[in-house]
Amino acid sequence: MSQDIIIEDNYRLPPPEKVGREPGSFTSVIQGLVFTVDHKKLGLMYIASGLLFFVIAGSLATLMRIQLMVPDNTFLPPDVYNRAFTMHGTTMVFLVGMPIIFGFANYLVPLMIGARDMAFPRMYAFGFWVFFFSGLLLYFSYLGAPGIYGAGSAPDVGWFAYSPLTSKAFSRGHSTDYWTMSLLLGGIGSVSTSINILVTIFCCRCKGMTLGKMPLFVWLNLVMVFLVILALPCLSACQIMLSLDRYLGGTFFDTQAGGSAVLWQHFFWIFGHPEVYVLIMPAFAIASEVIPVFSRKPIFGYPVMVAASISIAFLSLGVWAHHMLTIGMSALGNTFFVISTLLVAIPTGIKIFNWLGTMYGGKLRMELPMLFCIMFLFQFLVAGLTGVMLAIAPFNWQLSDSYFVVAHFHYILIGGLLFTIFAGIYYWYPKAFGRMLDKRLGMAHLVFFTIGFHVTFLPQHFLGFLGMPRRIYTYQADRGWDLWNFVSTVGVVFQAIGILFLVANLIYSYVRGKKAGNDPWDAWTLEWATTSPPQDYNFAELPEVKSRRPLWDAKHPNDPDWKHE
Amino acid sequence: MSTVTNTTSDWKLPSPRKVGILTLILAESALFTIFVVAYVFYIGKSLNPPYPHQVLEFPWLGSIALFGSSGTIIAAERCLRSGNSKSFLIWWGLTLALGIYFVFFTATEWWKLIMVDGLTIATNTFGTSFYSLVGLHLFHVLVGLVLLSAVFVAAARKKIHADHHEHVEVISYYWHFVDCIWIVVLTVVYIISVRATYE
Amino acid sequence: MTMTKGARKNFGWILIAGFLATVMGSAYAQDGGEMRRVSDIFQPLSRQSEMILEPTMLVLLTSLGVFLVVTFMLVYVVWKFRRRGPEDDVVEPPQIYGSNNIELAWTVIPCLIVFVLVLVTARSIVEIQNAEMPPDALEIRLVGHQWWWEVHYPQLGIVTANEIHVPVSTRTGERRPTRIYLESADVIHSFWVPQLAGKTDLIPNRTNRTWIEPFETGTFFGNCAEYCGTQHANMLIRVIVQEPEDFQRWVENQQQPPPVPQSALALQGRADFESITCINCHAIDGTTAVGVFGPDLSKLMTRQTIAAGVAPLTPETLRAWLVDPQVMKPGANMPDMKLTDQQLDSIVAYLETLK
Repeated sequence: MSQDIIIEDNYRLPPPEKVGREPGSFTSVIQGLVFTVDHKKLGLMYIASGLLFFVIAGSLATLMRIQLMVPDNTFLPPDVYNRAFTMHGTTMVFLVGMPIIFGFANYLVPLMIGARDMAFPRMYAFGFWVFFFSGLLLYFSYLGAPGIYGAGSAPDVGWFAYSPLTSKAFSRGHSTDYWTMSLLLGGIGSVSTSINILVTIFCCRCKGMTLGKMPLFVWLNLVMVFLVILALPCLSACQIMLSLDRYLGGTFFDTQAGGSAVLWQHFFWIFGHPEVYVLIMPAFAIASEVIPVFSRKPIFGYPVMVAASISIAFLSLGVWAHHMLTIGMSALGNTFFVISTLLVAIPTGIKIFNWLGTMYGGKLRMELPMLFCIMFLFQFLVAGLTGVMLAIAPFNWQLSDSYFVVAHFHYILIGGLLFTIFAGIYYWYPKAFGRMLDKRLGMAHLVFFTIGFHVTFLPQHFLGFLGMPRRIYTYQADRGWDLWNFVSTVGVVFQAIGILFLVANLIYSYVRGKKAGNDPWDAWTLEWATTSPPQDYNFAELPEVKSRRPLWDAKHPNDPDWKHE
Repeated sequence: MSTVTNTTSDWKLPSPRKVGILTLILAESALFTIFVVAYVFYIGKSLNPPYPHQVLEFPWLGSIALFGSSGTIIAAERCLRSGNSKSFLIWWGLTLALGIYFVFFTATEWWKLIMVDGLTIATNTFGTSFYSLVGLHLFHVLVGLVLLSAVFVAAARKKIHADHHEHVEVISYYWHFVDCIWIVVLTVVYIISVRATYE
Repeated sequence: MTMTKGARKNFGWILIAGFLATVMGSAYAQDGGEMRRVSDIFQPLSRQSEMILEPTMLVLLTSLGVFLVVTFMLVYVVWKFRRRGPEDDVVEPPQIYGSNNIELAWTVIPCLIVFVLVLVTARSIVEIQNAEMPPDALEIRLVGHQWWWEVHYPQLGIVTANEIHVPVSTRTGERRPTRIYLESADVIHSFWVPQLAGKTDLIPNRTNRTWIEPFETGTFFGNCAEYCGTQHANMLIRVIVQEPEDFQRWVENQQQPPPVPQSALALQGRADFESITCINCHAIDGTTAVGVFGPDLSKLMTRQTIAAGVAPLTPETLRAWLVDPQVMKPGANMPDMKLTDQQLDSIVAYLETLK
């Protein structure tokens, strides 16, 4: 490897003039955060702000569960409850899910492909700050939205904000405008970050790393950002149209003037369904790294995994109207979307089998990341199967907009995404901070959170079967919903305790954790080849790879991977 | 040019700028698709006049100017690549002028639509979908003009050289994209929708 | 659609569903009376809900099978191949990169399952959506409002609210299905009475259709199932299924204008009602009240509930409602009318005569 590396202008940004007295003082720390263009620092900032919003949105969910714990409860008035579920949904999707997955992608992709930084570091900082301020804008609505009309507060139209409920006639004040503007802004941030990740993957791979030799994590994030780039602009288009309607008197969704209420649903779900896969691809990505390493075997069927991910992404662009099977489409239209939706089950099933195939014949090390991934496999199986149920249009006519749907997508987003995010945190925390996370606190986190999760969301399937619609702030005592709602709320307590253990662990281990070393898990991808935490510009010397598991090759010179691939 | 080049290796990766702009164009296409679909969806659905066939005239001059500017920008790019900065400046200036003319043309068209025909964005679904689609395109033209002018000013101050070829090429990709969108808009708005019948 | 065959075929499913329902909802077994408050989709009591149950049970059993198989595989793999001790760290296990034959096997099996599900679902969609109604079927026009239901019987000239009355059918014998046309006056709502019919949305600027054909009498409970604003939770609907004679009696009563009030207080109430803004929103046959924004009150006292199911309709709840609707249903579009005590007495007395 030659040493004459040309580093582009981007890497020679003049260091900003230092303010503050000495390094470590408050002002210089703040300055470091604000001015940084380092992908590792920004990645951690993404994850940290995602976790911050996660705590806020989780608190909103807790308030809602308290309200629903008993029938005819008056803990929250209806308008406050409606704001809570709108903010909870919007926050969890746009301010928790997206930033955390971007954080992981941004932190790890350059390390895994042996690059020194993102392709456009300044654009990356831009993406982060735009996202961050879009979050602040959304929450500022609690103060700013009443406006001169004195009407409303935070948005209360639900996270998919069906028109015409969002029109001026039914949503007075500025709450919906805050929602719109925040999502428009957040969309710009997400798209710019995604473009950045995509360009980094295509243009900054180290020598020898062809597309077919990239770790699956990188592949799945590539698929993810492709979906963001295709889907997010559709949401932005929706928000632009809605703003035109609300501010300039446009009639896109004004049903009184010949506009169509259904058009919004189509446009929103053309974004909304790929968005679900945007959120689940990173879960697959983390599982595809963790499971092989702790099974001590390479991923089973790498090309098939890549192909399955691409076909899932492709199919996901054609299934949007399965969110709309109750709008009175023709039998033909309904059947089309049933077919396309069920087709998604095939590549998804293949992925699950491939993970099982990876574990088969291995020597499974039951460390925390692996345990979270095993729980992910189980929960994702459940979520996938309830998804198949929802795809059966007649069943969907009973289940859509019921608590069954709530249970289903929480199994996807918590049981699927969040569990793998936890796995990712336990797996890569040593890399990011140089210290291992504590095992006992981690086990407590795993046990409490898993129990809490199932106790909260399993009963919600039954509530759906019993005819409980979602988004109701109260219900009457004799509808048969009391017991399961009570159980569901009890589960929240366990989840909260689990999260407390996680937070405690993150802080405790930062100070007291066991020193990790460069490669604590005996893993195979390039991020473990550098120091923990990685040095500036990641690698002292740019690596060169010959296979999908460069560190395996280094550790087993007699039997390297590239002989078999 | 890759971000990190190893001078001795044959390890070639695509240029980040080009991949970046192409990806941005992909995202923008998705955005435009939604607006085009909305326009097509509302063809023939306005409840009250004016309807497209009553007020729209085919924008010959504006379209010729815009399509012509795609040609001039290619010429400018060629000149820059061959190191001829003077003719680069001329072709580039011509591109800029044609772009500005397109904006002027659209402004007069909108003036007529609003002041004479009484068609605003709030008049009917045709007005809403028309102004938003054409307006979104116009917004992209304006962004393109800002980029073109920046290069023009720099070139006039003799700061653009052959090794900026790629920067200029990226802008030209964007400009061609704006042109392609105009083909779609022309077809949908000025050819298809003026043939729609309204009750 | 051949009904007798369908019904027989459904019977097996219903048995299984009944078992599921018993296990899941045993705490809330129906009291056997008229009020069918627990709207369990596994206890369908109409032709449509029974038809829905058929693909439902198929997919549930298929999923259960897949779930058991894959969970078993997961548990087996995790248990069998767990690390047993430090000795396992010495040598790495055999490195297997994949196998095309195995990949093929676990691609084909899901494909077959999906294929079967698609066929069954497509048939069921067509049968339910394109079900043919007898030419003389009862028709209802149901209009959603923020947060109540306007019910029209165009063939019978009846207008009511929040309650649908329909005659009962039998599984094999006489069919008395009801065709329901769904519209909305403001935002999107959704009609869902699980034991009778799956959801269909009520969308402004669009007319949707559904149908119900109940097999048992009683009061069936349902909700608005699409979030429609502040009081979405209290947009409840009841379907009252009656023997044909009882239904006929209800129809005849509804077709009569309300009786002229007899007591002086009620007469005073009627005068009060007509002299304040009540009439801007409400209509009562035979009076000057012809408003369209609120429910038609002509036969108010024949209904079971007030304010779209918020409370049972009694003189006390009626009075409480009039004192301030925003207490019983915060956010409802009916404002606090600031009625005096005398007005309250008289108007309640008048409304009580609307039978």
